[in-house]
Amino acid sequence: MALLSKNKRPDIITENGIEYTSKVMLDLQDLKKVYPTPKGDYVVLEHLNLQIMKEEFVTIIGHSGCGKTTMLSMIAGLNPISDGRISVLSTPIKGPGPDRGVIFQSPSLMPWLTTLENVMLGVRQVFPQAKKKQREDICKYYLSKVGLEGSFYKKASELSQGMQQRVGIARAFAIKPKVLLLDEPFGMLDSLTRGELQDVLIEIWNKEKITAVMITHDVDEAIFLADRVVMMTSGPRAKIGDILDIDFKRPRSRKAIIEHNDYYKYRKHLIDFLEH
Amino acid sequence: MSDKLIKIVRFIGLGFLEPVIRLSRGEETKKNLTDILKKIVAPLASILLFILLWQSGATALFNTEAEYRIEKAFNEQGQKAADEMAVCIESGEISCQPNTLPSPSQVNASFNSLLKDHKVISADKKAFKEKTAALNKQRIAEGKDPIVYTGRPSFVDQIITSIKTVFAGFLLAIFIAVPIGVVIGLSETLRSSINWLIQIFKPVSPVVWLLLVFMIVKTLTKDSDTDSSFIISFISVGLCSMWATLVNTVMGVSTVDKDILNVAKVLKLGPIQKVFKVILPSSLPLIFTGLRITLSVAWMVLIAIELLAQSPGLGSFVWEEFQNGANDSNSKIIVAMFVIGIIGFLLDRIMLTIQKFVSFNKD
Repeated sequence: MALLSKNKRPDIITENGIEYTSKVMLDLQDLKKVYPTPKGDYVVLEHLNLQIMKEEFVTIIGHSGCGKTTMLSMIAGLNPISDGRISVLSTPIKGPGPDRGVIFQSPSLMPWLTTLENVMLGVRQVFPQAKKKQREDICKYYLSKVGLEGSFYKKASELSQGMQQRVGIARAFAIKPKVLLLDEPFGMLDSLTRGELQDVLIEIWNKEKITAVMITHDVDEAIFLADRVVMMTSGPRAKIGDILDIDFKRPRSRKAIIEHNDYYKYRKHLIDFLEH
Repeated sequence: MSDKLIKIVRFIGLGFLEPVIRLSRGEETKKNLTDILKKIVAPLASILLFILLWQSGATALFNTEAEYRIEKAFNEQGQKAADEMAVCIESGEISCQPNTLPSPSQVNASFNSLLKDHKVISADKKAFKEKTAALNKQRIAEGKDPIVYTGRPSFVDQIITSIKTVFAGFLLAIFIAVPIGVVIGLSETLRSSINWLIQIFKPVSPVVWLLLVFMIVKTLTKDSDTDSSFIISFISVGLCSMWATLVNTVMGVSTVDKDILNVAKVLKLGPIQKVFKVILPSSLPLIFTGLRITLSVAWMVLIAIELLAQSPGLGSFVWEEFQNGANDSNSKIIVAMFVIGIIGFLLDRIMLTIQKFVSFNKD
């Protein structure tokens, strides 16, 4: 099946040549997801094609239940693919792996571990050769980057929701993934904390430039963070509806962006799509 | 300093002492006084009320029994015998005391006599040990078994035996139920295929377990002359009480937060790491709830099992006293009842404290 879908769309690879394909980090080809139900198959996604370049930050926006999270968990390898294929650097994915770090909607920390131990769990897995001190330094570096210098030895259960999600961010970056997948990571936070965490995320991302795919409901968040905003049509049989390039220079400041004329143009574009 | 004290006091379940500590420091006198009234005076009053009710109940039963005896003497032997009986009961002569529910003071007297008995026996034991110390050394050097004290166990010895039996049974329950629970919890196939077994064996009575264990242990220990009653009773206790832990472990393991499992999947943790780093710690609170139930069930069934297995513990103490029918037997049984209750309560408190330690969502 994988061979067939490759044969079906050879144009992309030949059309733009080697230079183009080598820039593609994440490639979704003809992706399909079907859930069998007693009343017959329910097709969540169909004919979904998306290429995400290296060092690109893509946000995905769409109505609730359109299959955004399904798509993301398929990329993460946590949800089997019905048809089509997903490749990272032209290698098809096989199940979950630390090359695709995930930041979940709920922080999903191990509440019985300290923040440091939570980050360490992944780091130990990814850098088994490293010395304990080195691993600890990596964890501490990323925890400091998300503003948790003073909380290395606090139990995760003692932290606030926002703090916990900071640990989640540190944990995802610390394993140095090729692709970072963010499933509405700030959806459960109040708007003030959300803004803070967006800044934390984008600051650390500016340094690391890890290809990122983020799902969000928030139009402003989508514009502020992304190089491209991908709009998904409503399900069933959801696919990519439209893609909007965001041309603000990085590093971005929230204030400068809000005052920029293009901001409202982008915003209108997205809202028009969502409301139509 | 005192805040730490309050924390400790609360932690070990003696929270009712908190207002006393606060009052001694002169904090909010009025509030703490009412707290003392609520938390200390009221429970004490209820204890007093309980003893009063018990006393009056015992007196009423005593009078009924006494009247019956006098009437019986009158019917069988005439007025003179009846008068003699009345005088005899009045004088407190042991031979003609009505045998009924003992009063609190009788129970207290029995308790003291049991303690005295223990002192006598332990002094005996010590003397015996001293006497045989040199001889035993020689016997061991010659490769013979040392001579051991084989006298009657005291009440305290019996309590210790019971506690040992319960802990042996409890450990057995942990070693059987937790690993099996984890394995069953991990696999849905296994869960549905073994469920019938758990559902059928869970409600089986302690007595039946004892008989089953007896059948097996008797055959296995046929050619050794060791006393198998301890083995039989602790295995039965373990088998009766392990079900709560088993069910809770299965539940804990099978309901680990899906997000946390996803994290483990993304990090590609190996199966052993997944079990020890993720699944076990996250199901620990539920496992401990199970263990707490297991320990209290173990203590409860222990008495019945010891009674039948002739293991020298509290159960057989109660049974022997009942068979004995001596004048103070009834009050000794009541003493045993209180001791059993209080030890059970203490065991539960210990487990609760440990449980507080391991649970990670404290509030």
